[in-house]
Amino acid sequence: MSDLILPDYRVQTDAVRNRFARIKKRPVTMEVKGVSKYFSSKHGTITALKDINLTIHKREFVCVIGPSGCGKSTLIRIMAGLEQASEGEVRLDGKAVDKPGPERGMVFQGYTLFPWLSVKQNIMFGLRESGYNKGSAEAEARQWIELIGLSRFENSYPHQLSGGMKQRVAIARALANKPKVLLMDEPFGALDAQTRSKMQSHLMEIWKNIDVTVFFITHDLDEAIYLADRILVLKSNPGEVQEIIEVPIPQPRHPDQFLTAEFLATKKHLEQLIHPANQDDDEDHLNLIRMVPVNDDVGSVF
Amino acid sequence: MSLFSVNKPLNPRSRKTVTICSFILPILLWCVVSYVPFIWHPMVEITQPGSVSYFRENMLVDKVLFKTESINAAEKGTELPAGIPANPVYLPAPHEVVKAFYASFTTPPTRSSELWLHESLWSSLQVIFYGFLLSSIIGIPLGILAGTYDFFSRLFEPFIEFFRYLPAPAFGALAVAILGIYQAPKIAIIFIGTFFQQVLIVANTTRKLDPALLEAGQTLGAGNRSMLFRIVLPGILPDLYRDTRILLGWAWTYLIVAELIGTSSGITWFITQQARYKNFDNVFAAIIIIGILGLTIDLLLAWLGRRFFPWQNTN
Ligand SMILES: Nc1ncnc2c1ncn2[C@@H]1O[C@H](COP(=O)(O)OP(=O)(O)OP(=O)(O)O)[C@@H](O)[C@H]1O
Ligand SMILES: [Mg+2]
Repeated sequence: MSDLILPDYRVQTDAVRNRFARIKKRPVTMEVKGVSKYFSSKHGTITALKDINLTIHKREFVCVIGPSGCGKSTLIRIMAGLEQASEGEVRLDGKAVDKPGPERGMVFQGYTLFPWLSVKQNIMFGLRESGYNKGSAEAEARQWIELIGLSRFENSYPHQLSGGMKQRVAIARALANKPKVLLMDEPFGALDAQTRSKMQSHLMEIWKNIDVTVFFITHDLDEAIYLADRILVLKSNPGEVQEIIEVPIPQPRHPDQFLTAEFLATKKHLEQLIHPANQDDDEDHLNLIRMVPVNDDVGSVF
Repeated sequence: MSLFSVNKPLNPRSRKTVTICSFILPILLWCVVSYVPFIWHPMVEITQPGSVSYFRENMLVDKVLFKTESINAAEKGTELPAGIPANPVYLPAPHEVVKAFYASFTTPPTRSSELWLHESLWSSLQVIFYGFLLSSIIGIPLGILAGTYDFFSRLFEPFIEFFRYLPAPAFGALAVAILGIYQAPKIAIIFIGTFFQQVLIVANTTRKLDPALLEAGQTLGAGNRSMLFRIVLPGILPDLYRDTRILLGWAWTYLIVAELIGTSSGITWFITQQARYKNFDNVFAAIIIIGILGLTIDLLLAWLGRRFFPWQNTN
């Protein structure tokens, strides 16, 4: 990649620039204001997040990347209301968030479908909680099942589904509540590459057609660039905002764009942010590996 | 496939064979010890007392004693005693137990005051049933509350933790003093024996529910009530069922204590009585009936469990 001459990732075409201008005029859906989170343990206090600020506009798609342990999950859990911020606050439509609620749907990496409920009943769960009667909840759930293409499985239990199918059900279950924000914590992390790219297209399709704002954690740079309007890059120790990147690729997205100059430029920049050049530690390890004696018939693989 | 692969199920045919073997092998062992004369058989059953004055027909005497007396008789030139090798009275042969098993259901008890085997059994089953039911009705809800809410956990568990170390039999006399001498104190002993364990075990099972499911429920808008009834309860149900099955097995062990207090009755009393009369074939018959009954109940519960919980892919 380094041999290619790539444009600056900040260079935007008019179409892209206009789009971002329009996004910024939309109402603010979620606001993260000065959020810090400390965990106290036996060995002292860990600062998981330090002064995070972020404004997400209506129907925006924001991805979060950062090294492992930089506090991505902690941030999304605070936004979901599953965890309390030590400092600062999260606002949804101007109101401070203090506990979990159906207007902030959440999709976890581990699916978390209710194993004792069928696909249909899983999707009906939130609807029933919000006061739908059984009949209308069922009708509504059926529509969602059709939308995610699992009509044949509506009475199957989760253990009978593949990982990708489970995650589709989990997404439908969260969206059935008509949330304002869909929070997703590495939802496709456990899927194989092929299923993963199918799920990405699927999610894009859903997002295009449904009035929902998406906040999406991933550790896959391609995924982040492909899906996001903006990418929040966090760094660790403590978890801080390193940069917020506007992805210079026009919407609607298409898998062909994976090889465009803008895409590669953005990816190169992200690579540099996440894996800085000075990696002496790893070099040392590699040197050690070279000292391990090799006893094989081939001699050299080159 | 090999018969010994770690943590891999056997193929259905060998599984069936091995299961059958698990019963056949002990029975075979029993038959061998009972019917092959030169294996064990430390006694001699007298068939012909000969000149030994204190030998009687059908009497069991020690092998060594029999030999000494035979040598004595031979030296004196008097009539030799005769006998066949036999096992001690406490190890009846399989066919004797089968006969007793059959007789226990067909011939009335020797004394009119005694109960038939099936009557004793029925009385035992009732004691277990009521004791266990009572314990479950109170214990399971308390356990679930303690497992769900830290408040109830702190409120109940320390005391129960203390109480469960008090042996249930110690309450026998107290139970009789308070509840009279008939079934009630026996039920109380079963209750005391299971209840405290039950609360703790159910609380633990409840706590083991995947917290991610609770969080998923919260983000789907479930309120406190729904969390308890629509997530915690169905979520732990299969494990709760399994716990209950295991605890029911424990209840059976407390039966032995329970039936020896107040007016003695039930299957364990039957066994004690028969042992006293040295009718060990009856003792074995009764023990085997308990085994069959316990196993049947457990298999039935296991089968029902698979019906109840179709979302479980294993067990
Ligand atoms: N409940 C907790 N108690 C103590 N420390 C915690 C707790 N939760 C998270 N942490 C710490 O906070 C930091 C951030 O954790 P977090 O799970 O948010 O990271 P992450 O970015 O999601 O990592 P990954 O990419 O591996 O999922 C870590 O150092 C972790 O050890
Ligand atoms: Mg995480």
